[in-house]
Amino acid sequence: MASAFDYAPAPESRAVVDIAPSYGLFIDGEFTDAADGKVFKTVSPASEEVLSEIAQAGEADVDRAVKAARKAFEKWSALPGAERAKYLFRIARIIQERSRELAVLETLDNGKPIKETRDADLPLVAAHFFYYAGWADKLAHAGFGTDPRPLGVAGQVIPWNFPLLMLAWKIAPALATGNTVVLKPAETTPLSALFFADICRQAGLPKGVVNILPGYGDTGAALVAHPDVNKVAFTGSTAVGKEIAKTVAGTHKKLTLELGGKGANIVFDDAPIDQAVEGIVNGIFFNQGQVCCAGSRLLVQESIQEELLDSLKRRLSTLRLGVPLDKNTDIGAINSEEQLSRITSLVERGEAEGAERWSPACELPTSGYWFAPTLFTNVTQAHTIARDEIFGPVLSVLSFRTPDEAVAKANNTQYGLSAGIWTEKGSRILAVANKLRAGVVWSNTFNKFDPTSPFGGYKESGFGREGGRHGLEAYLDV
Amino acid sequence: MSTAAPHSLADVTTSDRTLRRFLHGLPGVDPVGLEARAASLGTRSIKTTAKAYAIDLAISMVDLTTLEGADTPGKVRALGAKAVHPDPTDRTTPPTAAVCVYPDMVAAAKEAVAGSNVKVASVATAFPAGRAPLAVKLADVREAVSAGADEIDMVIDRGAFLAGDYMKVHDEIIAVKEACGPARLKVIFETGELSTYDNIRRASWLGMLAGADFIKTSTGKVAVNATPANTLLMLEAVRDFRTQTGIQVGVKPAGGIRTTKDAIKFLVLVNETTGEDWLDNHWFRFGASSLLNDLLMQRQKLATGRYSGPDYVTVD
Amino acid sequence: MSDRLSVLKTYKLYVGGKFPRSESGRVYEVTDSKNNWLANAPLSSRKDARDAVVAARKAFGAWSGATAYNRGQILYRVAEMLEGRKAQFVREVADAEGLSKSKAADQVDATIDRWVWYAGWTDKIAQVVGGGNPVAGPYFNLSTPEPTGVVAVVAPQESSFLGLVSVLAPVIATGNTAVVVASEKSPLPALSLGEVLATSDVPGGVVNVLSGRTAEIAAPLAAHQDVNAIDLAGADDVLAKELEIAAADNLKRVLRPQPVDNWSAPPGIDRMTAFLETKTVWHPTGSLGASGSSY
Repeated sequence: MASAFDYAPAPESRAVVDIAPSYGLFIDGEFTDAADGKVFKTVSPASEEVLSEIAQAGEADVDRAVKAARKAFEKWSALPGAERAKYLFRIARIIQERSRELAVLETLDNGKPIKETRDADLPLVAAHFFYYAGWADKLAHAGFGTDPRPLGVAGQVIPWNFPLLMLAWKIAPALATGNTVVLKPAETTPLSALFFADICRQAGLPKGVVNILPGYGDTGAALVAHPDVNKVAFTGSTAVGKEIAKTVAGTHKKLTLELGGKGANIVFDDAPIDQAVEGIVNGIFFNQGQVCCAGSRLLVQESIQEELLDSLKRRLSTLRLGVPLDKNTDIGAINSEEQLSRITSLVERGEAEGAERWSPACELPTSGYWFAPTLFTNVTQAHTIARDEIFGPVLSVLSFRTPDEAVAKANNTQYGLSAGIWTEKGSRILAVANKLRAGVVWSNTFNKFDPTSPFGGYKESGFGREGGRHGLEAYLDV
Repeated sequence: MSTAAPHSLADVTTSDRTLRRFLHGLPGVDPVGLEARAASLGTRSIKTTAKAYAIDLAISMVDLTTLEGADTPGKVRALGAKAVHPDPTDRTTPPTAAVCVYPDMVAAAKEAVAGSNVKVASVATAFPAGRAPLAVKLADVREAVSAGADEIDMVIDRGAFLAGDYMKVHDEIIAVKEACGPARLKVIFETGELSTYDNIRRASWLGMLAGADFIKTSTGKVAVNATPANTLLMLEAVRDFRTQTGIQVGVKPAGGIRTTKDAIKFLVLVNETTGEDWLDNHWFRFGASSLLNDLLMQRQKLATGRYSGPDYVTVD
Repeated sequence: MSDRLSVLKTYKLYVGGKFPRSESGRVYEVTDSKNNWLANAPLSSRKDARDAVVAARKAFGAWSGATAYNRGQILYRVAEMLEGRKAQFVREVADAEGLSKSKAADQVDATIDRWVWYAGWTDKIAQVVGGGNPVAGPYFNLSTPEPTGVVAVVAPQESSFLGLVSVLAPVIATGNTAVVVASEKSPLPALSLGEVLATSDVPGGVVNVLSGRTAEIAAPLAAHQDVNAIDLAGADDVLAKELEIAAADNLKRVLRPQPVDNWSAPPGIDRMTAFLETKTVWHPTGSLGASGSSY
C-alpha cells in the first residue's frame, strides 16, 4: 500500500530468544541424541536461514521414550490431582513469563507474524494450561463417573501451523487427567516444543512425564504404532488421519483426530458488512490461511456479491505482507517450501479450471517462502479449489441465492470442521447453525478460540473434541 | 422540504418514510467486531520516521479548543497564538488546523490568528445541548459567521433523532448549512448520547445527506466522546458515501484524545480505512486541547532523543 | 382337541418402513438352540445393505430434526407396543437363546424397560453433555450434541433381543438413524422388532433391520461412504479389525466391541455419546452501554 503514511520498520527484537545451534530429543527428562545419530535442520521460512540442527527420533528412540513415559505413568497417575494441577499451573505461569521469548521463537521457526504469536498463540497456550490445570483435581465432577482413570501413555503428533498451541491442546488435558506423553512436533517447527521441554524442567515436572521426539512422518508412524501406547492424538491432514485410524484398528488404543477442513463462511445480504469483511479476512488470512478451520470458501448471497467483493478487495489491499518479526506485518511466510508448492499447484489448478484469480498489488520478499493473499471468483462447487483443502491464503468465492442453497453448499464437502454465518437476523443464525454439519460455527465472528470451548470436526474432519470439559474425555478411560 | 442530498440519493429525503427506510436499511454494525477491528488497528507500531510524520500531521489536524464558561478574550488570544506557533522553540512545528471557540469569542480568535492559515471554528446552535428554538440556533450560527468564523460546529437535535424524527434533524442541518454561507459545517452527533453504533451509522448518513462538510463525534461535554470504534465507524461511513456519491466528507473525533499514542491510533484508523485522501487537515481533525502539548513533547523527544517535560511546552 | 396346523410367519427384512425380501432372493435356515428349524430368514446382500443406507439417510433429516420430546414419545410408544406383544418375543427369545420361558421373560422385560430408559433420555442428553462455555471474551458460546448421522449397528450375536435393543435404542434416541445387522444365528427377534417399530410411529427408515451373514453385510456398511458411524458390538475380533480398517476410509466413528457379561446391567450414557457430535456455536454479545455509550 503506497501511502503518505508509510509505516517505518518496527521489528520485534530477536535478542529475547537464544536458539542453540543444536537440540536433542527430550526423553526421560534429558536431552539426548538420536540412537542412530540422525539430525535434521530447521529453517526460518521467512529467510531460509538455518535456525538449528535437531536430533531426529527413530524407532529405537520412540521405544525408549514410550518406556520412559510408561515408567513415569505409575507415579504421575497416582499423584493427587491437586499436585498434578500445581505442576500445570506452574507451567502456565512460566509460559506467561516467557511469552515474548516464545512468541519470537515461534515466529522465527514458523514464519507467522509476531502480531499473531504475541496476541493469539501465546495467550491461548498459557490459558490452555491454566484451564486444564484446574481440572486435574476435579475429574470426579466432570461427568465421567466418580473416579475416571487415565489411559496411560499418550502418543501425540502435532502439526506445524500452531506448533506450541497444538502442543498445549495435547499435553495440558493429557497431564491433567494423569496420563504421560510422548509428543512429536512437526519437522518444520520443532523448536517451541523443545523450549517447552525446558519449561517442564523449570517447573520441576517429574522425568518421563513429557517426552518430545522431533522427527518426520516416520517418527510419528512409529509412535502411533508402538504397542505400549494407550492413546493416540493427532492433528494434521485427513490423509494421514485415515492412515492412523487404520493403524490403530483392532487395538485398544483410544483415538482422537483433528484433521482438515474446507470451512464455508456464509454472508447473507443483511450482514453487518464491515465486520463480515473483517471476518472473511480473519477467516482465510489468519496464519496465512494455514488453519484447519479456515473459512476458505466464501459463500456470498448473490444480491450483495459485487458490493462485498469490492469491499473485500479494498481491504485486502491494506494487508501488509513481509518480515514476520515486524509488528505491523499482517501476512507472514508460508511454513515450508513443500507447503508453498502445494498452494501454488492448487492455485494453478484453480486458474486452469477457469476460476478468476485476483491478488492485491503485493511485493514478495526474494528469499523465503511467500504467497500473496489470493481470491478466486467464478468458483463453483465443482472446482478443485472449492473442494480440496489448500491450507494457504487463498479464498474461493461462491454465491448463493437462498438460505437453503447456502446450507446445501456449505455442507457439500467431505469435511465438517468449521463454518461462519453473517446476518443481523437472529433466527436465521440459529436456523442455519442448526443445519450446518460442522463442529464449530462462528456467527458474526470467525476464528475465535478459547480453552473452555470444545473444538473438533464432523465427518472427515476427524473425531473427538479438544477444549472444555469435552476435551477430558479423550484422555480418560470412559 | 428542501434537499441537499446528492442526485443519486435525492429520493431518499423526499419523505419521512423514505428517509427512515433508507437509514434503517443501512448495514447493521456488530459492536464486538467493530471494537475488535479498532483495537487491532490500535496495535500498529508507529516508529521513527513514521512517528515523526504522524506527529506533525496530528498537530496540523488539531482544532485547538476552549469551550468553557470562563473563557475570556485573553485566554482565546493566547490559544490563537499557540495555534499559530505551537512550539515557540521550534519554528518547524506546523500550526494547528484551527482554534475552536464559542461564538462570542470568534472575533477575538480571528484577531489572534490573523495572517496565518489557522482557521477559526465556532461551535453554534446552542452548543452543547442544542435545546433551543431553531430561530435561536440559526441566529447563533449567523452571529458566528458574521464575526468571521471559517467553520461552524453544530450539534444535532439528539432528542429528535432518538424519537425517530430523522427529517427534523435533517431539515435543521440544511437550515444551518444555509446559514453558514461559505463557512464549512461540522455536524456533531454526540455519539455518547446516540448510544448504539447502528445509530451512529444512521446519524453519519443523515448528516452527509443533509450536506455536512464534516461529521464529528462529540461535544466533549458528555461522559463518552471520541473512541477508536465510533471514529472507525464514521470513517467507514464517509468512505462508503464517497464511493456512492463521489462526495468527500471530513471526520472529526473530539473529546478524550489526550496523548500522542491515541492520536496516532486515530491516524492509523484513517490510513487503513479511508486511505490517504483523508490524511490532510481539510478532511480530518482532532477536537482537542491537552493533546497538543503531548504531541509537542513527543516531537521534542524525537528531535532531541530526550524525554521532554511539561515545563518545556506552553500551558496555553 | 384337533391339532390345528399353525400359520407360520414369513420373516422379512425391515427397510425404509417396508418389509421386503432380500433382493438376492436368498434365505437361510434359522434354528433353535437344539437345531430345530424355526424359520427361513432373508439372506441379505450388499444391495440390501445399500438400500438400507439410502433409507436411513433419507430418514435422518426428519428424525434428527424432530423435537427431542417427540422422539421420546415415539420410543415410549415402542415400549407400549412391545408390552402388548410380549408373549411372542418371550417365545422367540427362548427359542433363539435356549432359555426357559421365565428367563426369556426376564430378558424381554429388561428389553422393554431399556426402551423406556432411552425414551426418557431423548430430551435430557443435550443438557447433560452440552452447555454454555465461559469463554474469555464478549461471546456467547454454546455446545450442543448432535447425532452423527447414519449408524451401522452390528448387533450382538448372543443376546438376540436385549443386546440388540441395548445397542439400537441409544443410537436412535439421540436422533441418528440405524442400519442393524441382526444376530446371524438368532435374527428372528430383530426381524420381529421391525414389525413393532412399523406400528409404533417410528418413521420408516429410522431403523432398518437386515439378517444374514454378519461379515457379508457388515463389510459393505463399514466401507460405505454415506455411513457415519459403526457399532461393532456383534463382530468378533478378526471381523472387528477388518471393519475398523474399512471404516477408516471416511473416518467413521467406531465403537469397538466390548465384552458384556450382562446386558441387563445399567447401561450408562456411553452408547449415546459414542454417536453424538459436539457442535459449538459462537456469537458476539457486546454489552449494553458498558462503555457508557456505544454498543
